[in-house]
Amino acid sequence: MTAIPLTHILVLSTLLFFIGVFGFLTRRNLIAMLMGLELMLNSVNINFIAFNKYLYPEQIEGLGFTIFIVAIAAAEAAVAIAIIINLFRTTHHIDAEQADSLKY
Amino acid sequence: MMDPSLIAFYAISAFILVTGFMTVISTRLFRSAIYLLFSLIGIAGLYFLLEVEFAAAVQIIVYVGGIVVLIIFSIFLTNQGGASMPFPHLIRRNVGAAAAMAGAAVVGTLAAAYEWHPFPITFDTSMSRIGHMLVGTGEGSLVLPFELVSVLLLAAMIGCIVIAMKSRHEEK
Repeated sequence: MTAIPLTHILVLSTLLFFIGVFGFLTRRNLIAMLMGLELMLNSVNINFIAFNKYLYPEQIEGLGFTIFIVAIAAAEAAVAIAIIINLFRTTHHIDAEQADSLKY
Repeated sequence: MMDPSLIAFYAISAFILVTGFMTVISTRLFRSAIYLLFSLIGIAGLYFLLEVEFAAAVQIIVYVGGIVVLIIFSIFLTNQGGASMPFPHLIRRNVGAAAAMAGAAVVGTLAAAYEWHPFPITFDTSMSRIGHMLVGTGEGSLVLPFELVSVLLLAAMIGCIVIAMKSRHEEK
């Protein structure tokens, strides 16, 4: 059995998740907000792997869900970047505060 | 005497957290992306340490080789290679830090207080087992979500092309 306690991995993923939350809340640049989002998704992946390895090692579904999350994160990042590039082309900025043309 | 794998775990954790924190506080967008790259590599190292090699390979191929490169491309496409972002407002920074710390305190306390009972058998992640899980037809296989993800990736690809395409009116 591995020597790393499960609690330490959970604390690591918690800290990483809330670092991502902090970045998402404080940044106004859309690409920087996307980076915070990627950190959050990765911390969730760490949790899936850790729970699968420690609590249900006879099954393998946690690893499968990690793979699906990675695939969906790739699709999400690609769509987000397409939207950001389109926004930059029409308004010449990528600031979340100033992007209000759909608001009124 | 501490276990070597525990020392390696603490080193990798510190690396992930420091580079992750630099990602969200660096004022230059490009440096932020590079810090994100190192944080994701650190997470791949953590998967290697946990002996889940397939997840580590997927992490390096898709995140480090795909998403970070996509983010760096988009930074250059929006002409912000060396641009520095203004520091966030004091109020927004403090509120964001307070929210993040409160959440981390609550979740961290809960995770640390609960008594987990690890199962004392080794975690078998052989490639054939992963293949049977993803595209097998036996009980508990994830073949339907696997196919749905392929449809999702196709839809996302077409959607990206449509969204990012220049329309004919703009060119004239």
